[in-house]
Amino acid sequence: MILIVGSNMTEAHPVAATFVKDAVLGGAQLIVVDPRRTDLVDFANLHVPIKVGSDVAFINGVMNVLISENLYDKKYVESCTIGFEELRQKVMEYPPERAAAISGVSAEMIREVARRLASVKPAMLMYTLGITEHVCGVNNVMSCANLQMLLGNVGFECGGVNPLRGQNNVQGACDMGALPNVFPGYQRVDNEQAREKFRKAWKVKSLPDKPGLMMPTMMEGLTTGKIKGFYVFGENLANTEPDIHHVEHCLQSAEFLVCQDIFPTETTRFAHVILPAAAWSENDGTFTSSERRVNRVRTASVPPGEAKPNWWIFKEIAGRMGHKWKSANAREIWDNEVSVLAPSLAGIKYSRLENDGLQWPAPSEDHPGTATLHKDGCFTCGLGVLKAIDWIPPAEVPDEDYPLVLSTGRRLYHYHTRTQTGRSSGINELLPEETADISAADAEAKGIVDGEMISVKSRRGEVAVKARITRQVPQGLVWMAFHFREACANWLTNPVYDPVTQTAEYKACAVRIDKLKAMTLAENECNEV
Amino acid sequence: MEDTLFILNGKETPFKPGQMILEAARNGGIEIPTLCYLKGAAPTGACRICLVEVKGARSLMAACSTPVSPGMEVFTDTEQVHKARKLNVELLLAAGRHNCLMCEANGNCRLQDLAYFYKITKLQFPEKELSDIYPVEDENPFIVRDFSRCILCGRCVQACNELVVNRAISQGYRGSESKIVTGGDQPYNNSECVFCGQCVEVCPTGALTEKKARGLGRAWETQKIRTTCPYCGVGCQQWLHIKDGRIVKVTAVEDAQPNQGRLCVKGRFAYDFIYSEDRLKTPLIREAEGGFREASWDEALDLVAEKFKEIIKKNGPDAIAGVSCARSINEDSYQMQKLFRAVIGTNNIDHCART
Repeated sequence: MILIVGSNMTEAHPVAATFVKDAVLGGAQLIVVDPRRTDLVDFANLHVPIKVGSDVAFINGVMNVLISENLYDKKYVESCTIGFEELRQKVMEYPPERAAAISGVSAEMIREVARRLASVKPAMLMYTLGITEHVCGVNNVMSCANLQMLLGNVGFECGGVNPLRGQNNVQGACDMGALPNVFPGYQRVDNEQAREKFRKAWKVKSLPDKPGLMMPTMMEGLTTGKIKGFYVFGENLANTEPDIHHVEHCLQSAEFLVCQDIFPTETTRFAHVILPAAAWSENDGTFTSSERRVNRVRTASVPPGEAKPNWWIFKEIAGRMGHKWKSANAREIWDNEVSVLAPSLAGIKYSRLENDGLQWPAPSEDHPGTATLHKDGCFTCGLGVLKAIDWIPPAEVPDEDYPLVLSTGRRLYHYHTRTQTGRSSGINELLPEETADISAADAEAKGIVDGEMISVKSRRGEVAVKARITRQVPQGLVWMAFHFREACANWLTNPVYDPVTQTAEYKACAVRIDKLKAMTLAENECNEV
Repeated sequence: MEDTLFILNGKETPFKPGQMILEAARNGGIEIPTLCYLKGAAPTGACRICLVEVKGARSLMAACSTPVSPGMEVFTDTEQVHKARKLNVELLLAAGRHNCLMCEANGNCRLQDLAYFYKITKLQFPEKELSDIYPVEDENPFIVRDFSRCILCGRCVQACNELVVNRAISQGYRGSESKIVTGGDQPYNNSECVFCGQCVEVCPTGALTEKKARGLGRAWETQKIRTTCPYCGVGCQQWLHIKDGRIVKVTAVEDAQPNQGRLCVKGRFAYDFIYSEDRLKTPLIREAEGGFREASWDEALDLVAEKFKEIIKKNGPDAIAGVSCARSINEDSYQMQKLFRAVIGTNNIDHCART
């Protein structure tokens, strides 16, 4: 049994999707919860097309049924979790009929999801950015955890709450402490012992003790003057962040912007210094995948011109600021620093990564790695915390002026802002331009034909883009990606953030679509003749 | 014990109930050649290369699709077996145009290996007329389909339908008209195909080859380096095929975790961005009038260090902030956060995990 929420796996994680399809062919049930009729729906027993941003209400409704009909795992809840009573009281406020009214699917469907989920054990839940990219992203994730704990599904192979990470090393960047509140291995910067440990290892007098700024606040700081120097390593913020007009204003405001990248991008235009970096196959190193698997990356070609490995660049800057670092290659950095300082990685050394890598936690060199966390419901933090959560709507909902919801994501053939796929021969032939995916009903209401250039406009911007009429998208929804600069969805998206994680609400904002003014219906017909 | 043993080339060999002769023999250390057999897919017995002698059976049996039974006596190395296999190779060679000199798969072809093993030096049967062979189809950017080299083994059909389940490829037509088709016999790019290239990965001949790799290096000229895919977070394991320090092709690492020999369109075909002329090749410094000029590493790094020192002195370390890269290796992110915390003295270090 597999439950997929807010994840278009066949396009964003194609190889993972093949294993889901294999499981279905092998007899597994599949439930896909997604506003869009994604390709995996063809394999699903049930497609639950909830409204964008209604996840908490829907999941609360499912949990209401599980509790009301006594279908939840009482033994697991009693022995492995706390907070059941608070959760129960909260979800009792979400009877299926109320959850149905918010999420736009029938109460009967919500009951069916609950009953199906309770019928097979364990059931695996997978989610992607459809869950996290909301102002209530944290609450969405915790709702997924609530559901899986209530069903007694956390801590088992083929169970659990499984986020599919969007980038090759987003897991690793977190593990390495490229976060404002933790050192490598999630050791908090406001913990004195942790600080002392890193202070000694790094041979410095002191380390800052208060958590730093998250990226959106850094960017705002550029406009207020709080942040003077900004160092952007391998990110094309000018295309990837919500509300491009505002993002570019932030970047423009930087007193000193350093960009370190492999290509000139829309972001490097604003730089004061651009440092050329070695790319993927030009480095020895490691990536850490969604399943916490540390894998080797190996050198296969040489960097062009004078491009240098990123670790070397950081080391050189440190040296020029009076700090001589010893490690002279990626292996020394990992073996002598990372795995020494991060207890969950202590058992992972390059010599152990020759084949299929290792999944952390691997606390000692004889540890085989950990495929499943919270084994048998024994949570690493003790007891699993069930949390009462209320639904809130997206920050910007449709109204008279902007009557449609825009949701965004990735498409199969391109990756992010096309810095890589746009420069790999052949890919552009398969997907040469962006489209605004709309329903036949919305197209008809505006007299829009498939393939026609239209305007998509939000309170932040407007793009001209080709309309693609598809049954994937329900009435009331416009769906776009952020691969192409001119019609990038981020000219339109809303820079509002989850209060805890500051993850932006890329998945929901209000837009309107119109035929392009420059080309009236009559002109369009002329062109067709 | 008795019910889990069979006799393989005169030697008692264990097998698991339900196992086919091929798998049980391979476990027992006896290699049986195959063309159509595809691990993880239902056996089809299409190519008849894995024929073995089974005592008491009226004819030779296909090892890939014949279940072992207790006490069964199987012979894999008899004159009759080799004669039949050789004949089948000769028939397959005649069913198309297998000109290895002009074939991209030269050196990486199971049919070629078998023809060599059986010392076939001339064709025993007339080759299929060129006019009877379907024309090459390569209207897409990645995959060349050369029907003159297709032996109709069906591995691509199985990989597409049973492994990656994209359901783009199927068997079409009948008898001598048989053809592997996509989308009701359309070119690949008009079908359901999503260009994962799994069909190319499993093709045992030169019928399906990577268009981008053509002419760049023979199998024996390339070196394989294992690495991890630079796109999504699945962490697929790849072989980079390298000739003269240049990636000429990417294939999946068979049996590796987590991808078990599978890749997607980006992992398999979107590797050559590293050779783009657009690559940044020298440090660049902005000039007063707005443009950039090339600079030495020393000049650029000194400028960054001096400017950071100046900001720290004037506004404090928290006036500097940095964003690390979720595409780059762990060691790079480690170094960057160390630079920010230990050298600059701020925790203003983040990356795109939250956005």
